[in-house]
Amino acid sequence: MSRADHEHGPLVDLGYERPHLPALARNLSPIVPRASISGRALVAVVAIMTYLASITTGTVLLVSASAAEWQSEVASEITIQVRPTAGRDLDRDAAAATEAIRGQPGIIEIKPFSKQESAKLLEPWLGSGLSFDELPIPRVIVARVQPGTPLDLAALRARVTQVAPTASVDDHRAWIERMRTMTGATVFAGIGILALVIIATIISVSFATRGAMAANRPIVEVLHFVGAGDRYIANRFLRHFLRLGLEGGVIGGGAAMLTFGFSESIAGWFSGTPVGDQFAALLGTFSLRPSGYLALAAQAVLIAAITALASRRTLFATLDDID
Amino acid sequence: MVRFENVGLRYGLGPEILRDLSFQIPAHSFQFLTGPSGAGKTSLLRLLFLSLRPTRGLVNLFGNDVSLLGKDQVADLRKRIGIVLQDFRLLDHMTTYENVALPFRVIGREESSYRKEVIDLLKWVGLGERMDALPPILSGGEKQRAAIARAVISRPHLLLADEPTGNVDPTLGRRLLRLFIELNKSGTAVIIATHDINLMDQYEARRLVLHQGRLHIYE
Repeated sequence: MSRADHEHGPLVDLGYERPHLPALARNLSPIVPRASISGRALVAVVAIMTYLASITTGTVLLVSASAAEWQSEVASEITIQVRPTAGRDLDRDAAAATEAIRGQPGIIEIKPFSKQESAKLLEPWLGSGLSFDELPIPRVIVARVQPGTPLDLAALRARVTQVAPTASVDDHRAWIERMRTMTGATVFAGIGILALVIIATIISVSFATRGAMAANRPIVEVLHFVGAGDRYIANRFLRHFLRLGLEGGVIGGGAAMLTFGFSESIAGWFSGTPVGDQFAALLGTFSLRPSGYLALAAQAVLIAAITALASRRTLFATLDDID
Repeated sequence: MVRFENVGLRYGLGPEILRDLSFQIPAHSFQFLTGPSGAGKTSLLRLLFLSLRPTRGLVNLFGNDVSLLGKDQVADLRKRIGIVLQDFRLLDHMTTYENVALPFRVIGREESSYRKEVIDLLKWVGLGERMDALPPILSGGEKQRAAIARAVISRPHLLLADEPTGNVDPTLGRRLLRLFIELNKSGTAVIIATHDINLMDQYEARRLVLHQGRLHIYE
């Protein structure tokens, strides 16, 4: 605590020499100059990390959304397959199976596939030039289930096999389970990548902070001389790192949003090709929902905050060593 | 205000460079600290400024045992101490005005409340025309005066100056000494470390003489 506040009179009295105040004598310089912190490399690192994190998050969101759609679609139907066997009339078995499930509780629609329709399902694998008459093609019946209705599958299966012994009833449970596992694995991998990106960001920021502190050691020492506490000094540096983090976050996050924004047109270039079809099957339209963009923006802010926090931690640790 | 009792200081495992120092610096007092080169004057100033801790003994500053102080308390105590170091320690990216105003800026005072005071002091120390100059283009003497102005601007309770007139001509040296005396009259305890016999002869004051690590006091 200096005495300047409560002492009387000026320290020096210039009398008639008292000057007019010069226009320029003002506090204009920041205490820690921005140029002394090698920010460009750090902004690039944070931008790249944010971009990678955003692409990962966006992809995980896309896969999860598509998987949820497939699951709800697939879970709302069951498939009955009637296989041809010697000594039985396939058409009659198929009709009997259709009748057996018609009117059962929870079944709202039944669509039996005719021989031609069933054959058409095989076309992508067998081609269109074959005569399907000689092939033992099973008959497929698809039944839509009222969503949310618990279906007594065992009873239904018994009813169907009673009239058509070669029929099998599939509620796609195994497929849905595999789907769930795949989605879970994708999310898990995404979280793993995010964790790695965040750790790499923290390490990069810590190195950059140490470098900045080393370059500005004389400033830190002088600030200590004039009675500045560690918190005051750390805050002078911290505002630079927060801004660098935000710049990096905005660049990386913005680039990722643009990537997803343009992905629909990019996907359009590949439509019709096997790669494009596979992607469309896996990720739908490849476009993020508005909530997805919000998640990416929140993530960019989070990475900027992580940059500031990592910097703050390093600042206090380094200030302990400087006096 | 300051009390040393049997204070010793060594760097690492080296020999003790300050031995059994016991003395007091009363409030409002003025003293010269002198002694041959390497006698430990700067080390003693650093002990007084809390940038070194004694290896043994008791240092009491403004009623606080310094061995018990945390970093925040040290920072608070330093606000009551002004220091002028031989290497000036000015910030090269700041103008002379900004360097001198730094102690006020650090405690968060409004610039309008101290601007005139900073400018008056800069005029007094002969830097009225160099307020907007950056330290790299100042001469050694100008840097020294800027460093002195920064140390005294907040009217500290205790002023420590290490060879404050080493780079200025005798006329300016006398002017700076007058500044220290004025500061002392307004209540600051002053300790000036110097080799300059002429400077010491200009003002009747207590002399602390360091010799071979021990302190001899001439009232």
